[in-house]
Amino acid sequence: MSTARAERLVNLVLALLSTRQFLTAERIRGIVPGYGDAATDEAFSRMFERDKTELRELGIPLETGRSSVFDPIEGYRIARRDYELGEIELGPDEATAVALAARLWDSPELTGQAHGALVKLRAAGVEVDEHASTIVEPRVHTEPAFAPLLSAVQTGTVVRFDYRRSDSPERRERTLEPWGVVSWRARWYVVGHDRDRDAPRCFRLSRITGDVRTVGKPGAVHRPQDVNLLEFVAGTSGSQDPAPAARARLWLAQGRAAGIRRHATVTGPLTVADVEGDVVEVDLYFPESAADWIAGHGPDVLVLEPDVLAKAVRDRLERVALGLGADA
Amino acid sequence: MSGSTERMPRLLALVPYLLARPGIKIEQAAQDFDVSAKQLRKDLELLWMCGLPGYGPGDLIDLSFDGDTVSVTFDAGMRRPLRLTGGEASALVIALRALGETRGVVDTDAVQRAIAKIESAAGNAQPAGVVVGMGVRERETTARTRETVRGALQAGRALRMRYYTASKDEVTDRTVDPMRLLIVQANSYLEAWCRRAGAVRLFRLDRIDELDVLDEPAAPPAGAEPRQVSADVFAPRDDYPEAVLVLEPDARWIAEYYPCEELAELDGGRLRVRMRYGDESWMVRLVLGRGEGVHVEGPESLAQAVRQRAADALARARHLPVTYGQ
Repeated sequence: MSTARAERLVNLVLALLSTRQFLTAERIRGIVPGYGDAATDEAFSRMFERDKTELRELGIPLETGRSSVFDPIEGYRIARRDYELGEIELGPDEATAVALAARLWDSPELTGQAHGALVKLRAAGVEVDEHASTIVEPRVHTEPAFAPLLSAVQTGTVVRFDYRRSDSPERRERTLEPWGVVSWRARWYVVGHDRDRDAPRCFRLSRITGDVRTVGKPGAVHRPQDVNLLEFVAGTSGSQDPAPAARARLWLAQGRAAGIRRHATVTGPLTVADVEGDVVEVDLYFPESAADWIAGHGPDVLVLEPDVLAKAVRDRLERVALGLGADA
Repeated sequence: MSGSTERMPRLLALVPYLLARPGIKIEQAAQDFDVSAKQLRKDLELLWMCGLPGYGPGDLIDLSFDGDTVSVTFDAGMRRPLRLTGGEASALVIALRALGETRGVVDTDAVQRAIAKIESAAGNAQPAGVVVGMGVRERETTARTRETVRGALQAGRALRMRYYTASKDEVTDRTVDPMRLLIVQANSYLEAWCRRAGAVRLFRLDRIDELDVLDEPAAPPAGAEPRQVSADVFAPRDDYPEAVLVLEPDARWIAEYYPCEELAELDGGRLRVRMRYGDESWMVRLVLGRGEGVHVEGPESLAQAVRQRAADALARARHLPVTYGQ
């Protein structure tokens, strides 16, 4: 941005902030320095339109209206109460939290937004040391779809995107009335009314491919009052606090399978096929995946009990040993 | 950050910023705005030319410079910063909520107070529609580990630990010089100089089995730099060997869970991927555990190792005492 334009914009903001009357474009042209440079009406008009857009993009609430019913055309002003950031004071521990929060994002876009907020907070007199070194450094990862979906939720706009289920290559277009974006177990989801299914659904952001498109005008989405977004996501992704579902007795080869051993209780030694090892007991939280976990260790881990687990592991190993796993 | 898009927000924030800090050093202000002192002076010169209609001596923004400090003597009505945009308020408040949900980082109470204050000051830009629930349940032992690590970091002491390395499936004793705690994707890590490896390493707190704070001070060598933390912090290195795998539909999650390069969609919903691995025994465990869900297309040595381990396991299981009903 040229210095002349920056200067003109600052003067425009000051002029519009200081007036109670709505100032017409013509009046603005007459008083704000810089617009005098416009040689023709058309050049001024272009210049002024661009400046208005710039102010709106900066988040400046530009009001339009007429100061009296006799005014033939609309004018502009900035209401101070809408422009100004409210009073804010942060205690040292709160400021530390804010500084840490501002560098939490791993996305440049969100980092930029958070940084913009800090600039304003500092201008409001808050002392926030963004570069203060802390012993804890948290990071939150976001997906490309995060920002457009958040904006759609906030403006109440319907969205359309391509979505891929985890177990299938198929990409299907979904049209969603988004109610909210939810973070659950370090993964992001969007919850809303799925227009294709005509039912509430949640979608994982990492499985959205391509761009998120908006459909129709803002304000079209109405989120039901009684929906608990977090419960919705947690409910569909298995939120139950895992309790041990089964107990298994295993044999572990000496010095092997440290990952299983550290969760197990050794009950005694046992030598199998001349290999020394231990009999251990271990609580299984997810019996259905336990067979995978155990089979992966090959000859280092053998199942003693229960039979059903021993059989599940043997089935897996037999199919692989036969070469089916390699050639099928 | 001297791009033109950054200049307007800075110009609008500068006068209120200076008003709140009479006589501040220009160098300090430049630092706070993340620009050079030269750029900041240019901004001040520009603002000095701006003011209220009339633009006489009493209408222009007035600054007084004293040595290397600056104060505002007339603000032309720019007393407060512009309110936060919806995007700015969201980025900050959502991050704060995430922070409040992450255990062991900052005082949750301070986070809640900061959120309330920012939401109130932001007024109509209140972010809605985002819920952050980390939902990761932590074992009590991990919470205790973190308190010990935190104490060592604060006291600047070395740690001795028994650590489980998942990639090698082994437990080792190490002495480390702690550098910082990292929380990435809801997992807590200790970043430390590992004296055993002679390098900076990340240690997941839930894999630390024993932990002692030593009397000796933490002394990471001068060259030990914390890593740049990003999403691909755990990405495999380029020089690792690579496997080509075909995933059946029920094993496609592997492509989401581990860094993989998707090569081709095959019939029947199968997916061919390329995946790098640091340790062959880890890769064998992954493939073997998936049974027929994963086919190794290459290298042949990996496919052979998987088959061999399966055959060895079946052979050894036949030697189990009959009391175990095999």
